[in-house]
Amino acid sequence: MSNSQHLGRQIEFMPGNEVVAEAALAAGCRFFAGYPITPSSEIAHHISKRLPEVGGKFIQMEDEIAAMGAIIGASLCGLKVMTATSGPGFSLKQENIGFACMVEAPCVIVNVMRGGPSTGLPTQLGQSDIQQTRWGTHGDRPVIALAPAYLDEVYTETVRAFNLAERFRMPVFVLIDEVIGHLSERLEIPDPSELEIIDRVGPNVPPEEYIPYDSSQSDVPPMAAYFSGYRFHMTGLNHDRTGFPTTTQSICHSENVRSMRKVEDHIAEIEKFENYLTDDAEIGIITFGSSARAAIVAIDDARQRGVKVGMLRPLTLWPFPEQAAFELSKHCKTIIVPEANLGQLIYEVQRVTKGNSEVVGVNKVGGVPIYPGEVFDKIVECSGKK
Amino acid sequence: MQDHYEARFAAVGGQGILLAGDILAEAAINYEGLYALDSPTYTAQVRGGPTKVDVIIDKNRILFTRTTAIDFMLCLAQRSWDRFGYDLKSDCIVLIDPFLVHTVDRNYRVYELPLIELTKKEMKKMVYTSAVALGAMVGLTEIFKPESVVKALLKKAPKGTEEANEKAFKLGYNSGRELLK
Repeated sequence: MSNSQHLGRQIEFMPGNEVVAEAALAAGCRFFAGYPITPSSEIAHHISKRLPEVGGKFIQMEDEIAAMGAIIGASLCGLKVMTATSGPGFSLKQENIGFACMVEAPCVIVNVMRGGPSTGLPTQLGQSDIQQTRWGTHGDRPVIALAPAYLDEVYTETVRAFNLAERFRMPVFVLIDEVIGHLSERLEIPDPSELEIIDRVGPNVPPEEYIPYDSSQSDVPPMAAYFSGYRFHMTGLNHDRTGFPTTTQSICHSENVRSMRKVEDHIAEIEKFENYLTDDAEIGIITFGSSARAAIVAIDDARQRGVKVGMLRPLTLWPFPEQAAFELSKHCKTIIVPEANLGQLIYEVQRVTKGNSEVVGVNKVGGVPIYPGEVFDKIVECSGKK
Repeated sequence: MQDHYEARFAAVGGQGILLAGDILAEAAINYEGLYALDSPTYTAQVRGGPTKVDVIIDKNRILFTRTTAIDFMLCLAQRSWDRFGYDLKSDCIVLIDPFLVHTVDRNYRVYELPLIELTKKEMKKMVYTSAVALGAMVGLTEIFKPESVVKALLKKAPKGTEEANEKAFKLGYNSGRELLK
């Protein structure tokens, strides 16, 4: 970035990956551990230069698994933390992501998605990890995943990812893709005074009275930091409020349900989406990230041809905006789901629209984004106006 | 400039072409009051692999991120033409180095400038190739005032190289102007 002094709103021109790094710093991130992997590497590269300037620490770990472990450790020590990766690295991180869910460690995981499976397409686009983000690590746990499409949004949603992680004591995912990560465009960086910054709630009891999973006041237990005088135990095993393992069924059940409630009971606070010309739409489009930028051009073209088409664009892929999608399906005979994979988000759209609409995909893999013309052709086909 | 403009710079990794794309886009945003974005494409091998950067410039906010109708293409390697010589408008201006690119579709408005030789001879250092190429592009297309691009170039140039970069740009710019005669 050309200017690291944020004075008022600034017009900047920088790649999406650097925007992620700058936003993380603005949100208070002071620890990053990672392992380089395209197309996410520029996040690590940029933040490795910037973190020391603000008193933070950067570690390049031996692999992605260790990087995930390192940010959990730093989080438990009280820092706001982030790692960044892409498909193959995201697969490796899954076990430790589960650990972060279990111990309720706030952290931000950025996945700059590429083509897969396996090492797939290292420098090219994919939106291939939508369902992995939801179901990649085993067990039931709440998931928050944000999917910005424009670089202004990459900034604000990365800040929001930190806020949600801190607010709910859980991992939060930022899902961008190669197109957004490598794209440089004009963006406005908000003044720091415009940003809402949320910090985790600390204990309001002395160390000897501290119970690490005390949920008597809130489903989000107050969180102490290691090396601050508070002693507590963390484990990936099911545990009771003391943090020590238990196999008592009723406790395991109620603690797991509590963790789910952190998201389920706060949907309105978490969920974010944008409706574009949906009021009178007879054909709906539901898509996200770089694919939404193709869809919006297609919608404008189709509207000029008299086709009533509109778009619901979730900024939170998880939790998915169920109610908004259901409302759209009430007046759309068809819903089109463009995504740079062979059909992942479409399952969620089918589930939540409950058969109201025919749901069809526009799917493409191989490293090239979906083009407006491809979405337009599908709109025209579905409208019957050839 | 027209309302919407698309440019593609194609080369092999290491020739500085991605930076040239950034400079053109920054000139548009910071000194011409326009919207711009650029998207690089490169292979896993950073040096020597075919590389391109697409720059889109528009009077309004740009939604779709990729080029679909290219107005100008710079090409500095035959295999980059073979791989990236698509999506060009029928009247696209194509600027090639004739020592590096031999086979192009001559139905486009093809201009030849020995950029590498020119840089070697006048600048002594190959690192200025991209500044020369950028100058040639601006001279040939007159997309912006040259001063706008020079300002963006100098903002990006490493300390101590400002004078040489400006000289390289002007060398390219004048050569580009000559091609139009």
